Amino acid sequence: MDQFAVKVFVRLRPSVLDPAGEATKSASIKLGAEGIKSLRIGKMIEVKIEGNGENEVREKIDLLCDRLFANTVIEDYEYSLEKL
Amino acid sequence: MVNFTVGVVVFPGSNCDRDVSWALEGCLDIRTKYLWHESSDLSDVDAIVLPGGFSYGDYLRCGAIARFSPLINALDDFVKSGKRVLGICNGFQILTESGFLPGALTANKNLNFICDDVELDIISSKGGWFNNGSEKQTIKLPIAHGEGRYHCDSDTLKKLVDNELIALRYKNNPNGSSFDIAGITNEKGNVLGLMPHPERACDETIGGTDGLFTLKSLILK
Repeated sequence: MDQFAVKVFVRLRPSVLDPAGEATKSASIKLGAEGIKSLRIGKMIEVKIEGNGENEVREKIDLLCDRLFANTVIEDYEYSLEKL
Repeated sequence: MVNFTVGVVVFPGSNCDRDVSWALEGCLDIRTKYLWHESSDLSDVDAIVLPGGFSYGDYLRCGAIARFSPLINALDDFVKSGKRVLGICNGFQILTESGFLPGALTANKNLNFICDDVELDIISSKGGWFNNGSEKQTIKLPIAHGEGRYHCDSDTLKKLVDNELIALRYKNNPNGSSFDIAGITNEKGNVLGLMPHPERACDETIGGTDGLFTLKSLILK
């Protein structure tokens, strides 16, 4: 069995309004930060997972992302994977 | 109301289950039974309400964890048999997360938790959930949500419109929902999800009775 560290990034789709991102952008500008064109908030999920090789682990992570971590009606996901 | 029992689902974090039961039993004389989310035996209920609240603390996304409960897994056959399912607020979020209804519900546009009475236009008679046969085309119901902004893509919206699946629209959109949508049904009409709370509008002493018709229609075949 190999062990992998996976980082999953879940983001609202570009077409979906992100009010929390808008509010944070507004606060960033009030802080004096200049030049912010866009600010959107997502989430990152860290998973440690065992499996027989990278392909099998990718299959598991794909299922988790598609069915649980993200709601693909409003969110996109991507992930990076590192063998431990 | 003899021989008809409405199952009221209780998730960890549900908080409108007792209100729904009170409205059905106390105002409409319809028998109810609480169904714990780990139960998958739906054989002795004739209709089901998924009440409002914060199932599983709304962790990850509203309704996302509830979707994997044994009860929701058993709901597929129940819905296919034509029996009626009403999802209110968090119940609506669970119905979209689990694919019984299209679209998704996400954070209100202004990020506020909105607790207010809203005016709603009755759009579709699908499923007979609303009394839109008479002169009354507008009803007033309370809302109480932080994540009630209905979102769907343009293809889904077209399908909702073409198939008359939009049940309710806000007169003054409070949360940024696509097309002012407050409630939708499935194609068969036996599943309704809505953000407003009909169970909180079942007695004049607490502000109105516009929710009675929807709860009463649970007993329709």
